[in-house]
Formats: sequence, structure tokens, C-alpha cells
Amino acid sequence: MQPFLDGTLSDAQVAEAQRHLERCNWCAKRYHFEERLRHYVRVAVTEPMPAELKAKLAALRTPLN
Amino acid sequence: MSESAPTAADTRKLAQQARDRVRFEEEALELSDQVYRMARRLAGSREEAEDLVQQTYERAFRAWRQYTPGTNLRAWLLRILTNLNIDRGRRQQRTPQTTSLDNEAADYFLYNKLESQVPDENPDEERVLERLSQDSIVDALADVPHDFRDVIVLVDIGEFAYADAAQILDIPIGTVMSRLHRGRRILKKNLADKAVPA
Repeated sequence: MQPFLDGTLSDAQVAEAQRHLERCNWCAKRYHFEERLRHYVRVAVTEPMPAELKAKLAALRTPLN
Repeated sequence: MSESAPTAADTRKLAQQARDRVRFEEEALELSDQVYRMARRLAGSREEAEDLVQQTYERAFRAWRQYTPGTNLRAWLLRILTNLNIDRGRRQQRTPQTTSLDNEAADYFLYNKLESQVPDENPDEERVLERLSQDSIVDALADVPHDFRDVIVLVDIGEFAYADAAQILDIPIGTVMSRLHRGRRILKKNLADKAVPA
């Protein structure tokens, strides 16, 4: 299931996996859960950059003459 | 050619270099939110992450000529950042025993545990996921050992391709895949252990 989620399977393997997911509710639920979990983790760990840090980085630029 | 009298060609070259440099710096700064987001998950604390990002930009701006225009600037910056992070000696943390994670069942352990807590007979995945709080995910990720966390942060959060992650971390693609696979199991185990009431 992990290679399928990562998009590393061949076309034939993808087709086979999809056929299986259509028939098998047990796997389908776990597949959708994995997919949503990755998205959920990505969103959950997003934290805005502190404005002071942004200003510090901008100050590192080479001054224009 | 006299050094004190630059030719028109020299002057043009210098002006072009100055423009290239300004453009490089602008492009790098546009990526700073994404660089910070990943630094925040790679480093142990917020202070460390801020230091790392600042050092990354200092080094990047000094070494800007080594960047090849048209290549992946985000990956280039992340490579500097991960190297700085490694230089801090954080590799000393030992990988914990994770032998219980060596089978496919570990992939579904979290799902099974969460599902068993939802009162519905046949819950959908969203309901199951809602049982995890944002803080618990942040903590569970922080508790994944560094080597595994690096690849999760780059691939699952930064959405880098395996090949880019391999280049950034200077490890083979096969290692990226195996660490990713194992790292996700560790993450899910952490979530199951800490985020889900027993």
C-alpha cells in the first residue's frame, strides 16, 4: 500500500491495486485513511514564520549601491 | 590591461553579476516560509530552527555562485540546512529499538486502534482522523528519531521527490524509501501510543 500511495508502482500494478480497492472495503478504508493522514500531518505541523526572523533574513541581502 | 581602468566589458560583467545576485537573493527569500516550516520539524526547538534558518541564508548568500540557475533552489537551500543541522552534532541520538514495527500489521495499527474508539459501526476515515489533535501530531513527529524524521519532513511535509530527498541528505534513494517506510510506522506508533487514549 505504501508504494501505491507514493506513486512508485508501474501502471499495471496501479491498475491491479485500484481493482482491488474497488472490491475490498477493508483495504479501501485503510488506503483513504493513509492518504488523509498524510495530508492531516502536513497541515497540523504548519507554523507561520515569526515576523522578526523574516526581517532578519531580509536584512542579510546584499545592500544595493 | 591596467587594473585601475576597468573596461566597458568589465563594468557590464559586474553589473550583470550584481543583478544575478539580487535575483538569487529575492528568489531564496520567497522560499523562506517553506524553509522555516521544515527547519521547525527538523530541529529540536523553535530557537534552534530560527538559528538554522538564519545560518542557512547567511551561507546561501555567501555561496550564491555555487547555485546553478534553473535547478531546484528549494532543494539547494534544504541541503545547506540539513548539513548545518548535522554539523550541530545532533546525529548522536541513537535509534531506538523498533523491532515490533517490522511487519505490515504495524501499518494499520493506528487505524485499527482509532477505529475501535469511534462508536459508529462503520465510521468513515475523517471521523477516525478527527480523534487526533494537532498538538499530538506535532509531538508524535518530534519523537521520531532524526534519521527517519528527516525523510518524513522532506517527502511527506516538504513534498520533495525521493530523488531530491536523496540528494539533499546525501543518501541512496533506497535508503530514503526504507527510512520513509519505517519512519511512517514509527510516527503512527507514536500517535497510537500517545495521541489515542487507551
